[in-house]
Amino acid sequence: MSTLTQQTLSHLDWLEAEAIHIMREVAGQCSSPVLLFSGGKDSVCMLRIAEKAFRPGRFPFPLMHIDTGHNYPEVIAFRDKRAAELGERLIVRSLEDSMARGSIVLKHENESRNKHQSVTLLEAIEEFGFDACIGGARRDEEKARAKERIMSFRDEFGQWDPKNQRPELWNLYNARSHKGENIRAFPISNWTELDVWQYIQREQLELPSIYFAHTRPVVRKGELLMPVTDLTPAKPGDTIEEVMVRFRTVGDVSCTAPVESDADTVEKILAETATTTITERGATRMDDQTSEASMEQRKKEGYF
Amino acid sequence: MSALEHLPEIDNGLLRFLTCGSVDDGKSTLIGRLLFDSKTILADTLNAMEKTSARRGMTAVDLSLLTDGLQAEREQGITIDVAYRYFSTGTRKYIIADAPGHEQYTRNMVTAASTANLAIILIDARKGMLNQTRRHSTLAHLLGIPHLLVAINKMDLVDYDQATYENIKAEYLKFAHKMGLKDVRFIPLSALSGDMVVERGERMPWYEGPTLINILETVPAAHTERPEAFRFPVQFVCRPQDSANPELHDYRGFMGRVESGEIAVGDAVTVLPNGLSSRIKSIEIGGQKIERAIHEQSVTLLLEDEIDTSRGDMIVKSAEAPEAVKQIDANVCWMSETPMSPARTYLIRHTSREVKAKIAKIDYRLDINTMDHEPVTTLAMNDIARLTLKLAQPIFADPYRSNRATGAFIIIDESTNNTVGAGMIV
Repeated sequence: MSTLTQQTLSHLDWLEAEAIHIMREVAGQCSSPVLLFSGGKDSVCMLRIAEKAFRPGRFPFPLMHIDTGHNYPEVIAFRDKRAAELGERLIVRSLEDSMARGSIVLKHENESRNKHQSVTLLEAIEEFGFDACIGGARRDEEKARAKERIMSFRDEFGQWDPKNQRPELWNLYNARSHKGENIRAFPISNWTELDVWQYIQREQLELPSIYFAHTRPVVRKGELLMPVTDLTPAKPGDTIEEVMVRFRTVGDVSCTAPVESDADTVEKILAETATTTITERGATRMDDQTSEASMEQRKKEGYF
Repeated sequence: MSALEHLPEIDNGLLRFLTCGSVDDGKSTLIGRLLFDSKTILADTLNAMEKTSARRGMTAVDLSLLTDGLQAEREQGITIDVAYRYFSTGTRKYIIADAPGHEQYTRNMVTAASTANLAIILIDARKGMLNQTRRHSTLAHLLGIPHLLVAINKMDLVDYDQATYENIKAEYLKFAHKMGLKDVRFIPLSALSGDMVVERGERMPWYEGPTLINILETVPAAHTERPEAFRFPVQFVCRPQDSANPELHDYRGFMGRVESGEIAVGDAVTVLPNGLSSRIKSIEIGGQKIERAIHEQSVTLLLEDEIDTSRGDMIVKSAEAPEAVKQIDANVCWMSETPMSPARTYLIRHTSREVKAKIAKIDYRLDINTMDHEPVTTLAMNDIARLTLKLAQPIFADPYRSNRATGAFIIIDESTNNTVGAGMIV
């Protein structure tokens, strides 16, 4: 008690300390947690937080990626490299296996696989007996997420019931669950997109190359830029343009669009993020635009 | 406000605050105003809100659409659950906990208040103090929010009249005095037109105090400015014995968050419950050594001596150990639709410690509108009561008034694993 007024942490230090505390609570309360790692920027931050929380020890959980089979190859390569550098165990479970088993049936071949991730995730949870999945979702991403708990309870069908959430007070988290149920834990709930970029800059975190400006063939569809890839070829009549773009979120190829940008460094992305006029998912995610409640609906079905 | 055009050069930390009031008081408009003026509402969100407002036959954009996040809430046009909103001024980051104002949502306000360091109590200038105002103030006080800001809103509807403002302020001050509320500030506002939110406007020259945003920018972000005792609940023990590095063979790191106070290398500490003493050998974050750690920092502590320590234990400075108690008096808010059953055993989570508890006595229920004490035999959802609890093992507690982290606990129903109550040790 040597100081008269209390010193306070900077906002990034505070957010980091909170996230470390949450990860340690999961490790302390749950017997078999797993950290979901996609190679995306939020999960890159999560790995740095896990290092700060548990080094010099190993992480008290494996990493897991639910692979839609439709990811950008740069992101998959980055995912494997990062896991190897950390020396942590990476589990990959793929939607294609669920499709082969018949637990996922696509309406048509080109249907976005994003919403089907929940099936493979629930199968993996059952396979490994995970009682907690740590994810990098943030409350500022989408309004159904604004009311999400930091420790969010899911029943044995993986369902989120927004009307029946556990109250969450102070920093006293309740991650208890019965067998078959599980907890989704969100250590960076209170971070915004800007906080994530500031953290990436401060910690000098490496990211998959598609986050930075590059030239890519795209087709304009309304306000969205649709990348032209093997999975999403141009249709007859489409005009293909070579545009300087970057991705703000990385997900399934079929539902993630880039934004026009020449920001090729973290500093330039930060400057753009601070002055953007479009929300992160609004600019880039086709799956959130179908209805006002689409994210809530997918969460109820077991999506993150 | 320069908002986000410039990246933060000064980092004035993070302030968590709570807005209390109903949509009728202009709460959503105020939040919308703060987000809008700090350029946090982005064009596509605004666009979606415009479309929804138009579909519902409204002529102006309904800012409450921002906070009604769930389908059920949109259907019913009311806020049911606490929503968290974020904005930044470039110098400070803010987390707004937006709690619904209705009486049946006391538990939500308690939830939102538990992490807030400032509460904005909204009063409609036309209506003055209501039961709701007293209820919100009482709860903010009970939850130990150090700074109260009474915002007398809708000044545009009373012609920006100073006398109206002064009358409400005088009435509130009487109430504040009776309640023992300390740091209370007042501000006249028009959230709709923006006067005194970010810009001063020109219609209230008689008010010489700071704007709302000035208050938010300058209020201390820490929960308390008093020096507090060092409290370090152990969350996790790191023993990387299987590591190839022989230096780590004897490594025993106690991982946790400095819940209060501060600690430096060399400080004399005691581990509870075993009561053994040692000194801090090193303090680390992610294996990197630091010299000292302050309030709210998550660190790993290494001790000079080998002391058997596990999750649920607490490291404190030897000169300022808390009491180990097996019986506590507490103010409890019941949060479950299933009423409390006084015959049952519940679980209590206090810091990183979990113990079984039985209800020894319900002293009274507090009527939060009148502050009257009422005798009761059980508790229903949203009730607040004074209880005496008996614990199966001791906890290391401080009164909530002097330490929020070691004075708070939650009550868990072991059969459902639900969190059913929130308690503050008296």
